[in-house]
Amino acid sequence: MKNYADNWEAVIGLEIHVQLSTKSKLFSGASTNFGALPNTQACNIDLAMPGVLPVLNEEVLRMAIKLGKALNADINSPTSFARKNYFYPDSPKGYQISQMDKPIVESGYLDIDTENGVKRIGVTRAHLEEDAGKSLHDDFDGQSGIDLNRAGTPLLEIVSEPEINTPQEAVAYLKSIHSIIRYLEISDGNMAEGSMRCDANVSVRKKGDTKLGTRTETKNVNSFRFVEKAIQYEIDRQINELESGNQITQETRLYDSQANTTRPMRSKEFANDYRYFPEPDLLPINLEKEFIEEVMATMPEMPTQKKIRFVSEFNLSEYDADLLAADKDLANFFEAVVKVSNSPKLSANWIMGELSAELNNENLSINESKINSNQLGQLILRIEDGTISGKIAKEIFEKLWSSDKEVDEIIQGEGLEQVTDDKEIESMIDEVINNNPEQLEQYRSGKDRLFGFFVGQVMKASQGKANPKQVNDILRKKLEK
Amino acid sequence: MDLHKLYLSEQLEGIKSGKFSSTELTTHYLERISKFDEDLNSFITVTEDQAIAKAKKSDERYKNNTNLPLDGLPIAHKDIFCTKDVLTTCGSKMLSNFEAPYSSTVFEKLDNEGMVMLGKTNMDEFAMGSSNETSYFGPVKNPWNTEYVPGGSSGGSASCVSAELAPVATATDTGGSIRQPASLCGLTGIKPTYGRVSRYGMIAFASSLDQGGVVARSAADAALILEAMCGHDPKDSTSLNLERPDLTTNLNNPIKGMKIGLPKEFFEKEMPSYVEKSIEDAISIYKDLGAEIVEVSLPNINLSLPIYYIIAPAECSANLSRYDGVRYGYRCEDPKDIEDLYMRTREEGFGNEVKRRILIGTYALSAGYYDAYYLKAQKCRQLVANDFKEVFKNIDVLLSPTTPGTSFKAGEKTNDPIAMYLQDIFTIPANLAGLPGLSIPCGENAGLPLGLQLVGNSLEEDKLLQFAHSYQLNTDWHSKMPDIS
Repeated sequence: MKNYADNWEAVIGLEIHVQLSTKSKLFSGASTNFGALPNTQACNIDLAMPGVLPVLNEEVLRMAIKLGKALNADINSPTSFARKNYFYPDSPKGYQISQMDKPIVESGYLDIDTENGVKRIGVTRAHLEEDAGKSLHDDFDGQSGIDLNRAGTPLLEIVSEPEINTPQEAVAYLKSIHSIIRYLEISDGNMAEGSMRCDANVSVRKKGDTKLGTRTETKNVNSFRFVEKAIQYEIDRQINELESGNQITQETRLYDSQANTTRPMRSKEFANDYRYFPEPDLLPINLEKEFIEEVMATMPEMPTQKKIRFVSEFNLSEYDADLLAADKDLANFFEAVVKVSNSPKLSANWIMGELSAELNNENLSINESKINSNQLGQLILRIEDGTISGKIAKEIFEKLWSSDKEVDEIIQGEGLEQVTDDKEIESMIDEVINNNPEQLEQYRSGKDRLFGFFVGQVMKASQGKANPKQVNDILRKKLEK
Repeated sequence: MDLHKLYLSEQLEGIKSGKFSSTELTTHYLERISKFDEDLNSFITVTEDQAIAKAKKSDERYKNNTNLPLDGLPIAHKDIFCTKDVLTTCGSKMLSNFEAPYSSTVFEKLDNEGMVMLGKTNMDEFAMGSSNETSYFGPVKNPWNTEYVPGGSSGGSASCVSAELAPVATATDTGGSIRQPASLCGLTGIKPTYGRVSRYGMIAFASSLDQGGVVARSAADAALILEAMCGHDPKDSTSLNLERPDLTTNLNNPIKGMKIGLPKEFFEKEMPSYVEKSIEDAISIYKDLGAEIVEVSLPNINLSLPIYYIIAPAECSANLSRYDGVRYGYRCEDPKDIEDLYMRTREEGFGNEVKRRILIGTYALSAGYYDAYYLKAQKCRQLVANDFKEVFKNIDVLLSPTTPGTSFKAGEKTNDPIAMYLQDIFTIPANLAGLPGLSIPCGENAGLPLGLQLVGNSLEEDKLLQFAHSYQLNTDWHSKMPDIS
């Protein structure tokens, strides 16, 4: 199978559903909190009672405009809603209010980093629509239950152009969208809870072909890793089918993460006709220029801008700046640390080194860190001003992580200040030299590498507190005598 | 005293001055309902206990001088308006067991003015019909002659006001459902500008056409109640962002010097001589009152019926999708699976006319047909609206018959949907353009009343009512009531 792959190319388009983090639903005042008891967050409008009418939650317009701007896209005005008709128990009205002709966001793009440099992926559109409820099949003795808490939760569906060619590019694109929605604070982007969902349209064709192959749509891919694996599986499957002389059926497939396969969804023989038509209960919305400008004024600095600033303002490497800027919370933490420590490079090293390791260890997010930015800043400050050595700092870091003490409290309480008094260091060195006459002789007869041994012994004698630079300087002088 | 002979303002005055109480007035109507409605079938639900309780509270308020503007006046509500904890059926088996968990804005507004609900009136199923024969709760009879239909879809509202079982009733109009029954029952019925009256809690038939209004015994009565129903409602996104209009202050202003347009396309149609005669008489009365009569042309108006029978069914096909037996309303027995639940619930729960329109609408919206039907109909709708815009640059109101003739016998058109649809030929254009329209009694034939339609420019309900009131000050067609005893 893999041998064939060189002759083929994949064409991938992603449809990403982002659940917007509004307090209330898209067209009703009911709460959108996750995890409430079934049907406790569904009002008359969500239940599609006779006679109820939708009223747009204006907050979603602001959110969509922000996303549009972050994707370098056009904002349509007027933008309008349409009804998408289909019968399903978790769709209480028998239609979903969505957008068809005039999506709020249209014609944008996103630049992603690939092995071969920066690649621009077109974003066809992003439109607002309401989420469905959930059908529950397990707990009702052969009957089904319906929970309409999620019904009416606002979604933005972001549709890419079919300009993605590898699973890795797909993940880079998805991560970039994830980073943007988190930056804009329009969604928590939690894929496991379903607040960001990704459907992948995949087709393959012989390299050089200009016509697109038949595509499949893979649903239910709920992590970055699964997106990569599902797409890879689907590409391999399609190539294999075609190489075996079979055809690809245009269908919707479900990804099974346990088996790492995709399989066709129970599909109807006929295609769904959604009979879209303009939603008569909602008038087209004019987005005044002033309103758009007002929203844009509230846009935060985006990851790309932040990365550039980190490089120029803090002199960070591209790599460090990229890693820190990708996550808004991490970037904010970094800047808060720098504010206290005044040392960007050391701060970046500590965050991506010790801190990340601890966070990963305990599976915590940066916001759940057991060391706050002020503490880490203080710690780095104490290294910079010579109060402690880097080695001691690591010990203090461990203590900060597991206690609620402050940096200076630990340093003073445990006498961890660095020894910087020349006299004191000299006397420690004298003692070490006196205790090791053999090594001294060997050193003086040309065994230079024993210098390290003496440094080690002095540091040990000082319990790591001696200033290493001073130790080096004084030791060198003494040994040369 | 024949309390039911008094107009609303007189009833209000009577209660205020202590001549009679709201309880007496309410009881009087409830007695008439129990006496006459078995035959007419104009009510689906009579809320007797609630009505008397409300009336008593109203009387207390008068005692405490805390009375509300329309306090103690009885009213009947079309069963399309949701009323909390009271059966709201929309004339359908589908909702035959449905007690609304909330009240419509229209009900709330009138309730807040102190009005006393007598009950919920019969109607064509989901407001689809022009004879009130499609109701699951049986046909409604015309009080002028019980072999004849009262019109529809607000047939119950028209029938009960005409029989004086209620002094006034709410109604709704999607293609003529207020004006046509008003015409056939000898009443004043007004449909305001689209967006004037909130649609929240008014069960949807065709969202872009539906509009609430009233049927009453006079223009003055209609003005009093319609005024209280109007006003912006944040719960309805299509509700106009305007204050409640003043429809009563200028009612007595003369219409001298104003212009009435006669749409030549309407008058080119063949009409019975009694219709022609009644309209001519009305025109000469308006002339005497100093109005100027001009012929106008609405070149696209004859497209109205086909446009309507694309757009209304299309919207209804989606609006009625929620009746699936899952959450409320009728559910078929022992469904095998979800498909079976949908199919049988809807098969058994909807009547034929509703099914016919759902099918037409579903077809018109289908892939491959959308552009030819729905999209084209929307474009033509704009042409009709533009025609109106053009003529209203030069005239104040448009005058025409409301209906092609007087009422027809029950069963006469039930097997001929097209003939039934033609009932609304004069009324539909105002819905397409979202304009206010009213019908007032202007004649009779063989003991059955006939109506005259006035259509006004957007938001000019006040002017329409002024025209209607002037006419009623100078004629007595509106004061003729059927003898039902």
